[in-house]
Amino acid sequence: MARTVITLPERARRGDIVEVRCLIAHTMETGYRNDDQGQRLPADLIRRFTCHYRGELVCGADLFAAISANPLLVLFVHATESGPLDFVWEGDNGFVQRESRTLTVT
Amino acid sequence: MKRLLAALLLYALAAQAQPDTRRSGFADMSPATQAMQRDDGLNPAWLWVKDGEALWTTTAGRRDKSCANCHGQVSSLRGVAARYPAWDAALGRALNLNQRIQQCRTRHQQAEAWPAEQAQLLGLEAYVAMQSRGMPIAPSKAPELQPLREQGLALFTQRIGQLNLSCAQCHDGLAGGRLAGSVIPQGHPTAYPLYRLEWQGLGSLQRRLRNCMTGVRAQAPAYDSQELLALELYLKQRAAGMAWEAPGVRP
Amino acid sequence: MTPRRRWMLHTTGLGLSLWLRPASATPEAMAAALRELTGGVRPQTGKVKLDLSELVENGNAVPVKVTVDSPMTAGDHVRRIALFTERNPRPEVAVFQLGPAAGRARVDTRIRLATSQQVLALAQLGDGTWWQHRVDVIVTLAACIES
Repeated sequence: MARTVITLPERARRGDIVEVRCLIAHTMETGYRNDDQGQRLPADLIRRFTCHYRGELVCGADLFAAISANPLLVLFVHATESGPLDFVWEGDNGFVQRESRTLTVT
Repeated sequence: MKRLLAALLLYALAAQAQPDTRRSGFADMSPATQAMQRDDGLNPAWLWVKDGEALWTTTAGRRDKSCANCHGQVSSLRGVAARYPAWDAALGRALNLNQRIQQCRTRHQQAEAWPAEQAQLLGLEAYVAMQSRGMPIAPSKAPELQPLREQGLALFTQRIGQLNLSCAQCHDGLAGGRLAGSVIPQGHPTAYPLYRLEWQGLGSLQRRLRNCMTGVRAQAPAYDSQELLALELYLKQRAAGMAWEAPGVRP
Repeated sequence: MTPRRRWMLHTTGLGLSLWLRPASATPEAMAAALRELTGGVRPQTGKVKLDLSELVENGNAVPVKVTVDSPMTAGDHVRRIALFTERNPRPEVAVFQLGPAAGRARVDTRIRLATSQQVLALAQLGDGTWWQHRVDVIVTLAACIES
């Protein structure tokens, strides 16, 4: 279970555009680095991210080695009604992380 | 020599009566990196803070106790990081915050000590350090710390390594200048533990000091050595009164 | 090479170089990756804005923001935003797909830049057209390294 920090406002009004910041702990090993013995460190990357709001896609992302370690993604959701925000990160070595938050819309 | 060192220390302290020309490394960073530190939602160090938050209420060791069992709310530790390193009368020696946490773990939880720079240790350090955020650095006045602090000053002004440089030459004498495109900071430990972009992770002051020493091609003292603690004690005194920023971000 | 061919190269050289090298030089890998994403369509410059510092103090975590000029209505909606670099080991950085619940044509992230180079942001609008913005970035390296 990787640590995540997801930041969004406590509540929003209908029609607002809500900023959501998603941070996840992951080394994003590029596959281009060598260890101290000169051996190539294999790539270990998050490859795919999705965010859905009430089942609809907000943003999907195909990520590559050039995304920084402990990846940050900031996206913008069009708030309509209160409902779940579902986040999924998938990557090498069977890495899967799912998080869910509630967007409260008044 | 001892009298000279004491005099130098007194001078350094007296110099604080004049207009304060001290700058945190924060002021030397690019606006983009400053924004990364300023905003908790963007600051990668918060991944470690959240780790610490979870550990705070997690029981450990043969005593099966958590930090919360003894300390209650973490807010009760507000001011601690701003004051440390401290003198431990029972042990008869100085401890930095990291070492204090390890002491709690081995003595009170009866769990195994973590290795240096271990993620969970850093997480707890970040969580506790964050409680003092915004407070002025207020080093402990325990008289037992003075000899170690003086040793720290001696180490700070001593030339080391193949490059034969002392900390003071760059961080007192040349601060504000540039080394290979980067601004040379004054080297105040206002934001530790911090997320260093170069490390792509969170690390302690000791890790950064060892980096610097490797940088001048010197043999860095081992983690938790007396030299590193002495330097930390001196650096905290040198930064007394400056605002505590932990957990920080630095390039 | 025949003399005629050599003469042709000399006289058309100026014209050729202007065609091969637009205002910013594009190494082959980035150009190829671009072509693959757009299906060979050459992007126009405009509508998309790539925001990042032109002087970077550490290439490990460079904040970038990409915004696209789009009303983001059901009928006129940004489909994809992509980031490329010119001199990283691999040109692709990320490809974002914006869905119907997206409120703004904007994504922020942090990227790695191996060296000073050009960074490129691409956007595909609702009508299928591709737009680009390129920024040249200077990356300074850390003075005090660990080992």
